[in-house]
Amino acid sequence: MIKRGTPLLQVRDLAISFRTSRGLLRVVDGVSFDLAAGECLAVVGESGSGKTVSALALISLLSRRQSVIEGSVKFKGKELVGLSEDALRPIRGGGIGVIFQEPLSALNPVTTIGEQISEVIVAHRKLSWREAKKLAIGYLEQVEISQPDQRVRQFPHELSGGMRQRAMIAMALAGEPSMIIADEPTTALDVTIQAQVLEVLRRTTTERGAALLLITHDLGVVAETADRIAVMYAGQIVETGNAADVLRTPASPYTRDLITSIPSFAARGRKLATIKGMVPSPADFPSGCRFAPRCRYAIAACTTATPPLAPVGKSRLVRCIRAKDVVSGAARRAR
Amino acid sequence: MKKRAAQPDARAVHRAESPWRQARRRFFAGRQGPLGLAIIGVIFAFILIGPIFAPFNYSDIPNPSEDVFLGRGPSFEHIFGETAQLQLDVYTLVVNGGRSSLLIGFVSAIGSIAIGTLIGIVAGYFGGRLDSFLMRLTDVFLAIPSLFVIIVGARILSALGGTGLQTIVIVFVVFGWMGIARLVRGQVLALREMEFIEAARALGVRPIRIALRHVLPNAIGPVVVSFPFAVGGAIIGEAFISYLGFGVSALTPTWGNMLTNAEDFLLQGNWWWLFFPGLFIVMTSLSVNMIGDALRDSLEPEGRRS
Repeated sequence: MIKRGTPLLQVRDLAISFRTSRGLLRVVDGVSFDLAAGECLAVVGESGSGKTVSALALISLLSRRQSVIEGSVKFKGKELVGLSEDALRPIRGGGIGVIFQEPLSALNPVTTIGEQISEVIVAHRKLSWREAKKLAIGYLEQVEISQPDQRVRQFPHELSGGMRQRAMIAMALAGEPSMIIADEPTTALDVTIQAQVLEVLRRTTTERGAALLLITHDLGVVAETADRIAVMYAGQIVETGNAADVLRTPASPYTRDLITSIPSFAARGRKLATIKGMVPSPADFPSGCRFAPRCRYAIAACTTATPPLAPVGKSRLVRCIRAKDVVSGAARRAR
Repeated sequence: MKKRAAQPDARAVHRAESPWRQARRRFFAGRQGPLGLAIIGVIFAFILIGPIFAPFNYSDIPNPSEDVFLGRGPSFEHIFGETAQLQLDVYTLVVNGGRSSLLIGFVSAIGSIAIGTLIGIVAGYFGGRLDSFLMRLTDVFLAIPSLFVIIVGARILSALGGTGLQTIVIVFVVFGWMGIARLVRGQVLALREMEFIEAARALGVRPIRIALRHVLPNAIGPVVVSFPFAVGGAIIGEAFISYLGFGVSALTPTWGNMLTNAEDFLLQGNWWWLFFPGLFIVMTSLSVNMIGDALRDSLEPEGRRS
């Protein structure tokens, strides 16, 4: 049982390295965060920032032959890093459910939706297939799929994109997990469908008091859904805090640039703000602050040492030595 | 499955076909598949019904008193003619030999494909050292010159008391699984990286179930396609080895071993001895190849992915 005050998920100094021909390559470094029951944490970052890898590493879904996971991941007080596949199986799906980005490829094309949901039920609860099949209809109902009694007998290719993602959510819920990891759940969907699916995801998790770890690069999704936010850049968390606060007054230059690069009506007619350059590859992360080469606030001190994740204000952590200047919006680097 | 109602149900969801059903429809929509099935069907019917009309036992020598060394051509009494030497009825031999040949073909194909599929799935899905071991084993079996081993193996096994049919089936199975194993392993390796396999793993589905319900059905297409080819291969293989005199003993007629002495008399005009068993071998192998091609065409366009 969870003690009051103990978070559902406690991640400390998570580091992930991939084995390459030139030795170990660290792609995620020093990631720490907590997730309380019923809370929604959004992990935000560009492609290649390590957000998906970090999430998959929580339940050791990365290939053991190709990667090394270090640090600590405690779920309900139980350490998950280093557990065997057999020991992880009840937690996967039963404790922590996962929703993948592309529902068409995440569903087996030659198996019915009903069977794929039932399979998760049977894996985690002592129920017969017949009972599981009945329950599967209920899960499809919860994710607002019409005529669920008929949909259970359909194959993934017979469903629309939005319905497939709902079916994927139903699969993730079927093990009645207390936490769900959703890896860019709306990226593959139409904008009109995105909001509906997001709503279903938020509602079904809230109803259960389950926590939601939402991985996304869409700050609009964050604003709508998340309680807290963790912004990742080049394998590190650069800013974390209350979602509304962070979006309103970003304290890291990277978060700030991310927010200003959202197209908006207010900026109509002007050139869209972008962040120059690209996320560096893990093989050549710059020394010091990893964002420094692209940062408008960078000063000489930024390239000498990696800044720590330091508190700024209450309940906010920022990895930037100039966080105060960023908040005040003053003193840009003079050129 | 509900029956399709005459009145369209307003609430009914439009139902497309399952991937299997689609493949079946495509198979029967083509020309090759149904024709191949029809030919093999006629051959089966001939073999099953034929013995009723065969007046002779295949070991009978119908005209023992006559001093005729050469065979005789087709007649009313012997519609496929008679062989030279022992003057056996060719029709009787073809009917009875067909049973043995088809039995060898199907049992060898089922056996080698079952073993190959199992080894391929285990090697591909579970990987690691098991994979290395199984693949080296496959390499070893592939490196052995199979014809030599089949001949030696058949002789050893028949010396140990095998009457022929089992012997050749065992040899075909033991030396016939490697291609399928490699094919299936390749499929599984590709499938293992697919997201739906990862999704099943991420949601706590057991590895055995993932292998059987997610990997196997998606890898089965090429296995199904290879089945008719394996049947044809085994029938031709048996014919070849028996013709060389190392296969099934003449006491159990097969389409292959009844050819053993046939070519000696071809120049004397005894064409029927070679022609009728040969015709059946060719028609059988033609029909199974047609079925195989039709299966490939109907399974491959989207058999594995939507």
